[in-house]
Amino acid sequence: MKQVKCECGHINPVGTVLCESCGRALQETQPPLADMRYDGSARRSQTYNKTIIDKIWNFFSSVKVGIWLIVITLAASAFGTIFPQEAYLPPGAQADTYYKEQYGTFGQLYYLLGFHHLYGSWWYLLLIASIGISLVICSLDRVIPLYRALKNQGVRRSPAFLRRQRLFSETVTVLNGESKEKIVTLLKKKHYRIREKEGSILAEKGRFSRWGPYVNHIGLIIFLIGAMLRFVPGMYVDETLWVREGETAAIPGTDGKYYLKNNQFSVETYNSKTEKKVFADAIDRVGDGRVAKNFQTDAVLYKREGKIVYGEKPKLEKVTEEDIRVNQPLRFDSFSVYQVDYKENQLDQMVFQLIDKKTKKSFGSLKINLLDPDSVYDLGNGYKVEIASYLPDFYFNQDGEPSTKTKIPNNPAFVFNIITPDKPKGEKSFVAIQETIEGSGNNKYKLKFDHVETKNITGLTVRKDLTLWVLAVGGAIFMIGVIQGMYWQHRRIWLHSQDGAVMVAGHTNKNWFGLKKDLAFILADSGLTEPVDQKELIKTQK
Amino acid sequence: MAELSGNFLYAAFLVYLIAVPIFGGAIRGNKDKKGRPNRWANIGITLSIVGFFCHLGYFITRWAASGHAPVSNMFEFTTAFGMMLVLAFIILYFLYRLPSLGLFTLSIALLLIAYASMFPTDISPLIPSLQSNWLYIHVTTAALGQAILAISFVAGVIFLLKHVDQTKPSKKTFWLEAIMFILVTTVAFIAITSAFRLAGYEAEFNWVDKSKEKSVMVYEMPALVGPHQGELLTEGRMEPLVDLPALFSGRKVNTVIWSFGAGLVLYGALRLIIRKRISALLHPLVKNVNLDLVDEVGYRAVSIGFPIFTLGALIFAMIWAQLAWTRFWGWDPKEVWALITFLFYAAYLHLRLSRGWHGEKSAWLAVIGFAIIMFNLIFVNLVLAGLHSYA
Repeated sequence: MKQVKCECGHINPVGTVLCESCGRALQETQPPLADMRYDGSARRSQTYNKTIIDKIWNFFSSVKVGIWLIVITLAASAFGTIFPQEAYLPPGAQADTYYKEQYGTFGQLYYLLGFHHLYGSWWYLLLIASIGISLVICSLDRVIPLYRALKNQGVRRSPAFLRRQRLFSETVTVLNGESKEKIVTLLKKKHYRIREKEGSILAEKGRFSRWGPYVNHIGLIIFLIGAMLRFVPGMYVDETLWVREGETAAIPGTDGKYYLKNNQFSVETYNSKTEKKVFADAIDRVGDGRVAKNFQTDAVLYKREGKIVYGEKPKLEKVTEEDIRVNQPLRFDSFSVYQVDYKENQLDQMVFQLIDKKTKKSFGSLKINLLDPDSVYDLGNGYKVEIASYLPDFYFNQDGEPSTKTKIPNNPAFVFNIITPDKPKGEKSFVAIQETIEGSGNNKYKLKFDHVETKNITGLTVRKDLTLWVLAVGGAIFMIGVIQGMYWQHRRIWLHSQDGAVMVAGHTNKNWFGLKKDLAFILADSGLTEPVDQKELIKTQK
Repeated sequence: MAELSGNFLYAAFLVYLIAVPIFGGAIRGNKDKKGRPNRWANIGITLSIVGFFCHLGYFITRWAASGHAPVSNMFEFTTAFGMMLVLAFIILYFLYRLPSLGLFTLSIALLLIAYASMFPTDISPLIPSLQSNWLYIHVTTAALGQAILAISFVAGVIFLLKHVDQTKPSKKTFWLEAIMFILVTTVAFIAITSAFRLAGYEAEFNWVDKSKEKSVMVYEMPALVGPHQGELLTEGRMEPLVDLPALFSGRKVNTVIWSFGAGLVLYGALRLIIRKRISALLHPLVKNVNLDLVDEVGYRAVSIGFPIFTLGALIFAMIWAQLAWTRFWGWDPKEVWALITFLFYAAYLHLRLSRGWHGEKSAWLAVIGFAIIMFNLIFVNLVLAGLHSYA
């Protein structure tokens, strides 16, 4: 590797802008003020551009490219909020028709361009991935040379370097030991670390803040890796579980290991009379019972004992009994069960009276569990009702025959066979909600609808996300890095005596105002001129 | 307690109102011999602190009255945002001692409080998804972050008011004046909303919404545009000129039209009186500011605000979303716009590393950044339907 030797004798890597040791400019064209970014170190991207790898490296190492990637991602993200994403469409809405119906031609175009699932599209993910690559390469391209430069920096810098600093002053005087001592004391008071060499002083503080950007980039990369881990099998479970009151169901995603019983599901709403007085106006404005107060499932968590034997009822052991509410999920192992939805007043039991159509005399009643009806109900004294056929979700199919849409009792219908002492063969009767069709058209007995009993169903989400801790680590490192880089600054002050003059120069990566205050503080009464802001001088000269 | 809370807010508003002209005086006065701000500036900052404590008094008493942090709807959030803005100003004032920052920041804070009061101010109980301590952790941190970022906007505007050449019209004078016009329109919105409210104007409409269901909509301003298939129920009220498609909320569009109309009238009247651009009128106020310093204040505000914003609006938000909505991220519009804000300021911070983006360009970026924050507050809550539509 070629190297560049400075006048001062220090050997720098090729591509170095400012000598690592003394700060002399090593390249021919020089701006009036030294370019102090990355301390004038040699960056790979600025030095090599031959192979394809160099070219890719150089592309992604550019902050400009990084900014463009950020801006494009930002604009694309904004596009995704013009209309709701597919995931937020109302239940039952079909994306292919919904956007056109609701939003017209523009909506259809939005759908056709795939903006309805923009954040999951390949090109959006590609953008995010490019930002990730840019983060890694940008950081590597800068952090290594910057580390080298700051580690090797000399205390005694060349006057040429000092003159080209933004804050600079030169006083024709000789600094005596006492004044120097005083400046050093004041610098220490401001928490500067002092290094001296041949009468020159380098005071430095907050160098660690220079690593902030790289630390936060590491955090972001860990976060992005965490986000990708979701697609590794076993890391992520997202299931829905509906449980009727009184029922126990296997929790999906747990391989039949856990069961959940819903003892009760309840919805509470706000009522202006029972709540605190301050809420009265707000509640009355929308009306009592219109604002939800609580959604709650009184749940019992069970664990299966022993191995799974198919066809056999599992042996369950109670683990815990908890109320699941919004914001208060039930947690066990690495799972969380959340309250997300419900259905109130679902048909559960239907009660009928067996009566004589003429005399209206009752021979007893039967209660049918709509989820699990018995085949025969014996009312005693020779009166029996057989369920010949049960359609939980009754409708007429394409052929015009009675059929069932689902297994959920939304619209139950029965074919009963009524066996009585005087009709031992039984009378057939088809009973659905609000209609009865009799087999022979001339039955003596009838099952009269008495009432229904309903139950609530709770809708729960079962979630396992083993990537969360990776995301948390990434987020924490990001925050540490951002704070490290933003809330501290790397300030340096050089003091240099040569040929009967004393030069003072200052540099910081941020907050020049703060550095100027520091300089004013340490140079007060020292007899040295306070450095001037050469950037402002250049501007006024223009 | 609720009444006391309201009085505190009035007090804060009044104190800020007095502090604004005092900061105006402080700008014209000279610094003392040691280069410290003059007496007017000291009075101004004292008043700002007094006002802030009144504002904080409002916040605490309202919290005590309701039992939850008052950040759960448009009125409460915007008022809290105004409070954070004053806090952010006080912090940065003690770092940089710039009276001009006070003049403009307190004016914006006043506008925010007044704007907030245009929304229902009742204390409402919390719906289940908001019943969590993360409500105040997430919302107050996010608001503080946004408020500190907003200071960079104020610094940007001060920079542009001084820097942009007002002697001849240009693209720059146009856009700077556009900022002034929006501020005037906000004043106009507040004025006409209050006027019609004082007059007790109300007009009820039957209308058909986009899922073809009939409902009632109440207008608090005369209907220039009516709701979809609207039918005026209140007698003696103005019939709308046209009906809107079902996709739009007639009431909101009507308010926007009224506000822009009133904004144009108010702005036009101002121009007739002052005979120059509003930004030209304000130009002399900032003629003494040091542009490099103002530029640095803007950058510093972003440096301080960005980590707080990230923590509150993204990290705490994700933790809470994981608890309340089962997932830490769901691409809800509010989440997306928080991400956009994050990306925007990330781009800003990276641009500060390149040459040529300091000074004027940074100032324009700060203006755009604030526009994104306000878009996320107003437009995303009121127009884009989503999980955060609490207003």
